[in-house]
Parts: sequence; structure tokens; C-alpha cells
Amino acid sequence: MDEKIRSLKHQIGEELQKIESLVELEAIRIAHLGKKGTITDLLKGMKDLSNEERKEFGKKVNELKGSVAKAIEKKTTELKQKEIELEIAAMPQFDITTPVDLERGSYHPITLVQRQCETIFKSMGFTVEDYSEVVTDYECFEAVNIPKDHPARDMQDTYYLENGQLLKSQTSAAQNAILRKYGKNLIENGVPIKAIFPGRCFRNEATDATHENTFFQMEGVMVDKNINISNLIYFMKTMLSEVFQRDIKVRLRPGFFPFVEPGFELDINCLICGGDGCPSCNHSGWLELCPCGMIHPEVLKEGGIDPEEYTGFAFGLGLTRLAMMKYGIKDIRDLNSGSLKVLSQFTDDEE
Amino acid sequence: MFLSMNWISDFVDLSGLDKVELIQQFSLSTAEVENEIFFKGSDISGIVVAEIKSVENHPESKKLHLLKVDIGEDELTDVVCGAPNVRVGMKTAFAKLGAKIGEITIAPRKLAGFTSNGMCCSEAEVGISDDNSGIMEITDDVKNGTELKDIYEIDDIVFEVDNKSLTNRPDLWGHYGIAREFAALANRPLKALDVDDLSKHDNLPKIDMKIEDPLCQRYSSLQVENINRTVSPVNMRIRLYYCGMRAINFLADLTNYLMLEMGQPMHAFDSRKVENIRIKRFDEPFTFQTLDGVDRNIDQNTLMICNGDTPVAIAGIMGGLDSEIVDDTTTLTLESATFDASSIRKSSVRLGHRTDASMRYEKSLDPEMTVTAIARFVKLLRDSDGGIKVVSALTDEYAYKYDTVTLSFDKAYVDRYTGIEIDNETIVNTLTSLGFKVELESDNFTVIVPSWRATKDVTIKADIIEEITRIYGYDNFEINTTLSPLYPVRMDAVKSDEEKIKDMLVKRYNLHEVHSYVWAYFDEQKALGIPVEENIKLLNATNPNIETIRKSIIPTQLCQVKSNVGYAPEYGIFEVGRVVEGVDENNLCVERKKLAITLYDKTCDMKSLYFKLRDILATISDDLKHKTLSFKATEATHSYEHPINLNEIILDGEVIGTIGIVHPVVGKKIDKKANIVFAEIDVEKFAGIENASIQYSEPSKFPPMTYDLSLELKAGTFFSQLMKCWKGVGEDILKGTKIVDTYDTETIHSITVRFEFSSNERTLSSAEVQEIMDKIIENLKGIGVNLRG
Repeated sequence: MDEKIRSLKHQIGEELQKIESLVELEAIRIAHLGKKGTITDLLKGMKDLSNEERKEFGKKVNELKGSVAKAIEKKTTELKQKEIELEIAAMPQFDITTPVDLERGSYHPITLVQRQCETIFKSMGFTVEDYSEVVTDYECFEAVNIPKDHPARDMQDTYYLENGQLLKSQTSAAQNAILRKYGKNLIENGVPIKAIFPGRCFRNEATDATHENTFFQMEGVMVDKNINISNLIYFMKTMLSEVFQRDIKVRLRPGFFPFVEPGFELDINCLICGGDGCPSCNHSGWLELCPCGMIHPEVLKEGGIDPEEYTGFAFGLGLTRLAMMKYGIKDIRDLNSGSLKVLSQFTDDEE
Repeated sequence: MFLSMNWISDFVDLSGLDKVELIQQFSLSTAEVENEIFFKGSDISGIVVAEIKSVENHPESKKLHLLKVDIGEDELTDVVCGAPNVRVGMKTAFAKLGAKIGEITIAPRKLAGFTSNGMCCSEAEVGISDDNSGIMEITDDVKNGTELKDIYEIDDIVFEVDNKSLTNRPDLWGHYGIAREFAALANRPLKALDVDDLSKHDNLPKIDMKIEDPLCQRYSSLQVENINRTVSPVNMRIRLYYCGMRAINFLADLTNYLMLEMGQPMHAFDSRKVENIRIKRFDEPFTFQTLDGVDRNIDQNTLMICNGDTPVAIAGIMGGLDSEIVDDTTTLTLESATFDASSIRKSSVRLGHRTDASMRYEKSLDPEMTVTAIARFVKLLRDSDGGIKVVSALTDEYAYKYDTVTLSFDKAYVDRYTGIEIDNETIVNTLTSLGFKVELESDNFTVIVPSWRATKDVTIKADIIEEITRIYGYDNFEINTTLSPLYPVRMDAVKSDEEKIKDMLVKRYNLHEVHSYVWAYFDEQKALGIPVEENIKLLNATNPNIETIRKSIIPTQLCQVKSNVGYAPEYGIFEVGRVVEGVDENNLCVERKKLAITLYDKTCDMKSLYFKLRDILATISDDLKHKTLSFKATEATHSYEHPINLNEIILDGEVIGTIGIVHPVVGKKIDKKANIVFAEIDVEKFAGIENASIQYSEPSKFPPMTYDLSLELKAGTFFSQLMKCWKGVGEDILKGTKIVDTYDTETIHSITVRFEFSSNERTLSSAEVQEIMDKIIENLKGIGVNLRG
């Protein structure tokens, strides 16, 4: 009987040696340790033995059972490990260096620049106002102190419509409405008027790479008691430093615009050379950027605000020009072309 | 406009000051100076007066002459010269050995076998005119060998002021006005103009002259005869040349010189042609030949200077050819006048002819200047031509006088505007230096505006602030933030929705934002078979292609899709832009803000594309309003709309837009192989709809049940009809339906609808679900919808 145990032990050992999968291992386990397995079979031959021998034999079979179970467990671990290794080895290496295919939409560059500016103004407590493109002569000119025979009202500059209205030639066309909209709150509750109004403007002129009949401006006003020139300079410097994300030097020169008095041309130090002089600033170190000034008393009066009590400043920013400067767009006509070769590049530009 | 520092220095002593720095200060305080400053004469040296003592022809050259010239040295100098105007006894400009002209240094040079020890120079070579026809002829009595720069004002600093920045400053259109600014900036006194005393001619006869039109504000005139000089003095020619004008002859030069000096345009007539001066307009249009030989059409709005009824000049713009000074003119009649600024501007625009005179007149010149200008003219004339004789009394009609402008304000007003401290003394000094008369009593100022600033420029006290601050210098301002209280800021609903929509379309659906023009594109639309719809037009479009304002963005967008064919097999574009939907009862434009989306696709079928667009719109609505869109079939009314599948988009019961497929005629012209769908939404209407916010419901703790029904649908059956069959049935436990499968053959269209049941209170029983489903099945049968076998 001992011989049987020995040979079975030897046989199982050999079988375990040969196999390479968990499936085969399970078959071996059932064949030997199962209810009808070889080891159970061994116990069946015990009836012919004496009590003493049976005790002895039973002990040996149990030992065998234990050692086989251990061997199978060991083999299981081994095979599982092997399987993971195989799975790892089976994974191909992907070529991560292949070109990326970004499928994404795009914003119009004006939207991006406009949003950047709006964010800055909102952070300083300005409201953002929307205004129509078709306006009346009163809104565009009369209300902002542009008298009847001012050259700006000549036919060749402004697009007039059949009904006497016109396409606004400047964002200032919204100024009167905004003064009226917020004037009451200023007068009654002391809430200063702080508003920007981005919008499209139209000028009747021939187009080329640097001239467009349709372009975006953004105008801003602030009105309160005691708003002064010193405040205006502070504000423009702060605002422009935010727009250009660096410390900007500003300088004011007298400039004539009917809706402000005093009126200024505002220059900033050249963004390319920083003020040393280079071809893009005509070697002057300065770039003429935006008109601004103290709101003309007549404009305040026309907006229902007493200029003896309140003062304010106004400024205009050329959003189209800003976008072209920022992204290096050479041909202004690309902006209205709808060409996706141009526009699809402007995926986003959060700052 | 070019300005000469020498000229300015006639009126203000700027010695010892850095001129370039002053010019930059002027640019920051008065008017924009162009970047390049010209240092005239800086590139030439060693040019002296030389007298030609002998002239011999060159033995071999026809052109060259061999000269001996006296340059004030012991020996004569040998020069070879190619100029045609050489002659013995002539004095000329001579570049000595070692002299510099630009990059060239003069050295002994062999010319056709002879050595030339210097060079005779033309005026162009010296840089004082563009005359290069021969060598300069010096007629003044000067010693040979004298440095040319010692006798003529060749060295000068010239700068250019941007004319646009002088629009509102009629006083700055001449050197005298500019000198006043420099005087104020440098804090030095301005000299008075040296003028002739005209009163001594008061007993002479007056000129027959009469203003017959209110457009002429003042007309001053004087007759002068016995003028012998024909060529202007060199220094006068140099100044004119440096300031961008060509010398013509003495009289013409002098009128130009005076205009550049005082800003007052002047004209000299041949007295025989202006025996009775009348200033008026004509009722009938006619043609008139100006002194440049051009025939110009004059209409009834153009003011004319006439001799009786014969026009002799276009007022303020240009003289006539017939009344010009000619060789046998003996007596000239001077005109120094002011005219209505806007009339001159309009006439000059109508005539398409802008002159140095009209450019000044349209700025509203000071009428006080006319007589001073004549007195100054006579003074300059007499200085250069001693024998002249005034033969008339000053004749002056002053028809329109501006009111004197007096402004009162106090120190507090100045402080409030500036935000900094500028003391009373500085205010008084600044204003006085600019010609204002200032009275100060305690802190109260009374200011009389000088006539040259009172025509339109300085009329209110805010204008005075500018005068004080610009001379003070904006660079010297202390800068301070405002002290306004804080208040919350609310975003405009339209603007806010617009931005969110843009983000969704770009980030979630990969669409591209485009911009376009507000007018319909006539040519491009025509090419696509989309006629431009009647709408309000521009009155003055220079191009018929852009004449009509668009009613919808879709045609524009289809043109843009056409121009982007080939960009990619599939893409979508959108724009938030404006349209005009006609005019209202007050004849005002009905302008709307629209969102237009167009999808172009060569890779998927029309149905999928159409539903993609529908789902985009539904998502926008759900995200921003938490409300469900509905759709209603509508009839095509525009050439680009496919009559099938055109739907109104309805939100909260309001029609906010349309969704549709491009008409096949148009679609084929864009791209035969692509499917194109579009939608347009009124952004303002959309923004006006209230946001329902998220309606949260607690998830059920009990297991849900589903029930699938496969239905056979006849053509033309809409899901919305099916929905009516379970509306109100099993309300509390039927939570939703969705299509889980569709099955189409040529004859059968069938869908599988999954009904979802759940309750928050209990576990549902099959029986109660079956009961509800039985009712639904019965209702479906009622509208002729059967279960699939």
C-alpha cells in the first residue's frame, strides 16, 4: 500500500510539472482531490487492512492529501503570476508621439478680446451694456455734442438708411441711453455710473488690409461727484496694464473730440520695444491707443445729469485693433470673412 | 503742416532752450507732432559765396566750363562746372575743398582732364529749394568768401504737426499762433507783430466793395501799386520751401508767407479786374475757371467774390484765372477776409477741391485778424520793396462779429476737475500767456477769451480746464483712484445668455464662431440662387452689393458655408448678430439680435444632421432655461428653405426661431455632396424667457419597472400624437418614456418605446403596471397604431 502512495505522489508531482494553465491545474485537482479522485480511491482499499494498519495507512493518505493540496496551491500562484506576466507582455506599446487630432470649435477673436476686457471691467464694478447697431441721428450725434455741420456727420463717413436712421459710427451712440438708464440711481441713491458698451460700428469707407467699414469698439464711462482727470489717468493706466498683462506707461496729449472736454489722445509705451523706439512704433517709443476725456458738460446735460454737480470720464478702445495687435492679424478683412482657415485657430484664450 | 523754429523764433526768444525738447513738450501740450524732426542745413558745411571771375569753354566738352572764382582768398580758385547759367560777374554758392554736402566731402577732382578745386552749387544741392536747373544766383550784396549760412537761414529745425490735431484750433494755422504756444510753454514773452500803420492812408479813396451775403463775415481790402520786385528774398523762399511750399513769384510768395505766418489766407487781384467788389451767391449754376486752369461747376450754395456781376474768385477756396496778377499788372487789390466756416467746408467738398486757404477757413478763423494781416503784408512788402505805394484807404466791412466770451469759475471748480492742486498764480500765468485776460478776486476767476480762441474753440468753462491742464502738463499729474462707494453689478440677461450659448456651441459641439456684415451680400447670394429680400436700404452705399440690410443671418451664413467648402468634410458655424425685420409704425428699424447656426456635413445622412441640430437647440434650452423646446411645422417662405421639415422653435409658448433644411436648389449650388441644415433663434426673446431652474426629485428607494412596446407606425404619424395616448394615464407612477429601438423596412416603420414606472412610496406590482399599459395600448389602437406582431 505504501508503494501505491509513493507512486501516486510521484505521478501527481510529474503531472504538476507538465501543466501550464489554471484550467489544467483544476483538472488535476479534481482528478486527485475530488470526491471521485485517486486519493479518495486509495481510502477505498482500506477495508482489507487491520485496524492498526488502517490507522497507519489513513494517516499517510491524509499526509499525501495535504502535500498535494499545498503543491496545487503553490502551482496556482505560480500560474496566476505567469498569466499576468503574459498579459503584460501581450500589451503593445502605443506610439504616443503620433500627431494629435484635436477636434474643437472656435471663438471669433473679437469675442476673445472682448471677453478679456469685459472681465477686467467687471472686476472693477462696471456693467456691460449691449446696444443696437441701427441708431438715430440724435443718439449718434446730437446727444453727444456733435453739431449739425460737423464733418463726422457728412454723408461720406456715416451709413445712412432710407428712414433717416443710421448705422452707428461710434459706440458713443449708446452714451446718452446709458446716462439716462443709470442717471436716476446716481442722483437718487448716489450709485456711480460705471458702464462699458462694446459694439459694432460702421464707417462708409473703402476697405483694404487696414480699413474696414465694420469694426468693433468698446466705450466706457464713469460718472460720479468729483470724478477728475487724475482719476482718469489712474483708471486708464490700471485698466490697460490689465489688458496687456504688464505694467503700462501711459501719456496723455490734448485731443479734440466733441463729446469730451478736455479731450485726450492716450499713448502707451510701445509693447514691442517697451519705449526705446522700433519700427512698429515709428521709433517714437509710443503707440497711440485710445481717445478719452472728461465727459462734455453738454453730453451730461443731455443725459439728464447736472454737470455742475457731477463729472465723469469716457474712453474708447478699438477692440478690432486690439485683437489684431494681440494675435498679429495682418488683414482686417479676415475678421468678417467667415473663413474657417483663419477663425478655427482661435479655440480659446482664457487669461 | 510744417513749422520752422527760425520763424517761430521771430516772435519768441527761445535762446538757451533745448528746441527738440520744446517741440516734444508742444506735442504733449498742444498738438501732435510727427515723429521725425528735420535738422535742416545740418548736412552741409563749407559753402561760401563765390564770384565768377572768368569763364572758358572746355576744349573738348560742350557742357563743361572752366571757371576761375573768387572765394575771398588771395588767389582765384579753378573750378570745372557743368551748369548752363555760368557767367562772369555772377555770384553763386560754392562748396570749398573740405566742404560737406550730405555724404559727400568735396576734394580736388579731375574732370575731363582739368582739376576742379570745389563745386558751384545749385539751390537744390544746398537744400533750400528744388531748383536744380543751374547754379544758385546770389543777388544780395555780400562779400566773397562769406559762409552762406551766415547770410541765409539755412540752418533750421523743422517739424510737422498733424493737421487733424489742429481741427479745433484755428489760431494754430500759422507760425504766430504756434509761437504763442511756445511762449507759454517756455514761459517767455510773445513779441508783437511788426506791422505797417495803415491809418496814414485813411484820406485816400476807398475801394468800391460790398458784402451782399451773410456767409461773408468780414472783408478787408487795400490797393497797392509800384511793385518792382519779382523774386522773393532768399530767406523768405527758404522758409516757404522748408514749410512745404514752392516759391512762385514775389507777390504770390508773400501771400503764402503771410498765410503761413498768421494763418490768414490772402489773395491779390489785378485791380483792373475788381473795380467793384461784391460778395454773393448766384441763383443759377455756372462754370468758373480757377487760376489752376480747371473749369469748376459752381452751384447756388457756393459763395463767390465778384466784380459787379462777374465772378472773380471762389470765396475762401481759390481765385479765378482771369483776375490773377499778370505781367502788366500795375495795381493790385489785396483781399483779407473771413467766411462762414461750414459753408467753405461744404463748398470745398462739393468742388472736390481742398486748398491751403479752405483748410484754414473751415476751422473758423478769427475775423479780427483780417486788418492786421493787411498791415503785416504791407510791412513785409515795404521791407523787401521800398518803392511800393498804397493807393487806397483800408476798406473794411465787418458784417459778423463774434460775441466776446467771458467765463467765470472758481478755484474749487478747477480742483474738482483736475483732482490735483494747481495754485491760483499758475492758473493766472498760464491763461495770461495764452492771451486770456484774467481777473482774480479771492478764489473767483473772470476770464475774457481772446478773439482767436473765441470763434468756436473756447466757449465754456470746461474749455478753460484744458488750457490750464495742458500747459501744466499731464505728465506732471499725480494719479489717484476714485473714491466711489461699491455697489453690486448685474449682468444684462441677453448678454449673459449670449455668452453661455457661445460657450456651449464651441466647447460642447465644436462649432466655429464667425462674424459677418449687417447687410445682405447681393452678389454672393445671387450665385447661390438666394435673391436679396426687400428690406430697408442704405442711402449711401458705395457698392450695390451691400445696399440692403439683411432680414436673416442664414443667407449670409450659407454664403460663408460656400466659401468654406473644402475646409473639412463636416463642420458647423454660428454667429450672434443683428438683423433688421423691417420698420415699425414710427418708421424706425426693428432690429433683432439673432443666433444663427448652420451645419454642413458630407459624412452623415440628412436625418442625423437635422437631429443633431435639434438636439443642440434643445440642450441650450435645457441648460439655460430648464425648459423643453417644442416644434411646429411651418411653411417655407424664403428661397433657401426646404419646404419639408421646416419647423418653428417654440419655448414657453413663444415662437423664438426656426430650424430647417437648405432648399435643394441652393444646397446643390453650395455642395452637391453635402447635407446642410440651419437654425435661427431670436436671442432677445430667448433671454426674456424665465429660467425654471433645476427641479430636483428624490430618487425612489423602490425598484423601478419598465415595459417595452413595439409599435408599427403609418407614414405621417408623429411621436407627439403617440404621446397623447399616455398623457394623464398612470400619472403618478409613469415617470418617462424613451425610444429604445427603431426598425424600418420599405413598408414598415416601427419603434420600440420603453415606459418607465416607479413610485417613491411602494414596490409596484406587475398587475397595476399592466393595467396602465392596457389603457395605453387601447388608446394607441384608437388612433390606429398597432403593436408589432
